[in-house]
Amino acid sequence: MSSRRAHLVGIGETQYARWGQIGDVTEHALALQAIQRAVADAGLSMDDVDGLASYAEDRNEAIYVAAELGLPELRFANMVWMPGGGGPCAAIGNAAMAVETGQAEVVVVYRSLCQGQFFRFGTGGMDASAPVPEPPKPTVNPANSLMMAWMGFAMPFGLIQAAAAYALPTRRHMHLYGTRPEALGKLAVTFREHASRNPRAVMGQKPMTMEDYFAAPMIADPHRLFDCCLESDGACAVVVTTEERARDLSNRPVEVLSSVQGTPKGFAFGPFTNANVADEYYATGGCEPMAKRLYAKAGLTPSDVDVAQIYDHFTGCVLMQIEDYGFCKRGEGGPFIESGALSWHGGSMPTNTHGGSLSEAYIHGLNHVVEGVRALRGESTSPVEGAEVCLVTSGACVPSSAVLLGRK
Amino acid sequence: MSERFFPDTMPSPTADAVTLPFWEAAAKHRLVVQRCTACSQTRLPPMPICPECRSDGADWQEVSGRGEIYTFTTVHRPIAANQPLPTIIAVIALEGSGGLRMISNIVDSDTEQLEIGKPVEVVWEDMSDDLAIPRFKLAS
Repeated sequence: MSSRRAHLVGIGETQYARWGQIGDVTEHALALQAIQRAVADAGLSMDDVDGLASYAEDRNEAIYVAAELGLPELRFANMVWMPGGGGPCAAIGNAAMAVETGQAEVVVVYRSLCQGQFFRFGTGGMDASAPVPEPPKPTVNPANSLMMAWMGFAMPFGLIQAAAAYALPTRRHMHLYGTRPEALGKLAVTFREHASRNPRAVMGQKPMTMEDYFAAPMIADPHRLFDCCLESDGACAVVVTTEERARDLSNRPVEVLSSVQGTPKGFAFGPFTNANVADEYYATGGCEPMAKRLYAKAGLTPSDVDVAQIYDHFTGCVLMQIEDYGFCKRGEGGPFIESGALSWHGGSMPTNTHGGSLSEAYIHGLNHVVEGVRALRGESTSPVEGAEVCLVTSGACVPSSAVLLGRK
Repeated sequence: MSERFFPDTMPSPTADAVTLPFWEAAAKHRLVVQRCTACSQTRLPPMPICPECRSDGADWQEVSGRGEIYTFTTVHRPIAANQPLPTIIAVIALEGSGGLRMISNIVDSDTEQLEIGKPVEVVWEDMSDDLAIPRFKLAS
């Protein structure tokens, strides 16, 4: 009997590098390279691909990518309305919906980021060192989008850098629950250890101790340098198709057990720029309602998860997601992390076995889906033996998404 | 002109017709929030309809300018030329606003004394003749 259940059958990556180090290949050429590698990994031909899915802040629009790849017919192209990092799991979910409803047979989810070719995300697009011979007279400027009307209540106060924006909910979490900087440090050090085992990791050759963590400069309190994710150049892609097609392919297929996206009421961009996120969600990743839907749809509970790839733009956001997704109680994320729970080797919830955005590369979190597939194929460089269920999440404290993946 | 805390290079507000009245009031050193005339729920940023009752009737309520620190961060990297460091970015819970908060800066205060829950009061910074930004300082 045929089944259209969505499966992840191919993964592809380009070289991952520090921002600015990939200059001889354009960002969009890199996207094509990652897609080609993912399709080859799946054992499919580019002529089999009829869908493309991406998520916000993509400079490489699917209609052009389809033309440049020579896809015979583009039948599905989709983009997620989430801030960049919030969307990769939603893009997987949308691709899954496309193949499950028969709109397309083979959909590739992709992301290419060359921050050196455009701008470094950490700056928020601002350049404090740019010469300003005569600054324009300060006045209220027209908002050219709804987002900019809302941002009018953040930017004049300098709130545009991610390191500062995500510090706000993390600081409140520390205040409410006594969360210690040591928990954030332990998390960063653990992910760096995972990266040291991963040849693709940008920080793979740079071991880090707690002393190194605390010696690094403060960026936006409580964020020290190593609480902040990397700024990277690179691309990756994931191939989604039906169970029926997956059965004929050589890789061990990975099933999309469930997928969710969304926000609580009144969330907008989340604590990143919205001061009026409901108090019950302010010092969280905002993912708890979504997490409940995710587990219910799969008929699973947090204790069924064997390994997790959690979006790590900043350490505190991982800590709050660990609570959102039910691995410990609200407020207990700090002690949970300090206990060593996130380690691939003996931790109770091995997390970011690739090193994450903190230490592998920042490819807007699609590399977390790639690692989720690896973890369930038994191909991770920090393997979790017998892992059958992997949680993958996307950027939290902003609108987010997540998938549960299962080994077949 | 009031005391200046930040240079002209800092980003200016962006607004549409819905949010502009906040900034027009600010230019007169009035801190206002929008209030639904049907259900009295307040909201910030300003929005075309009330997210609680979906009425489009609204007026503007001036608040005291007092509040307390809900959360904050001490920023050591500038976004704008000549930005004074560290810059304190804070979320302020506004007294008498029906539970609203706003993002702002803490200025003119002993940064060692900053704590969540501490009382603050508004300080207006005139950036130009037609733009004033509400910042806050620790209440005396």
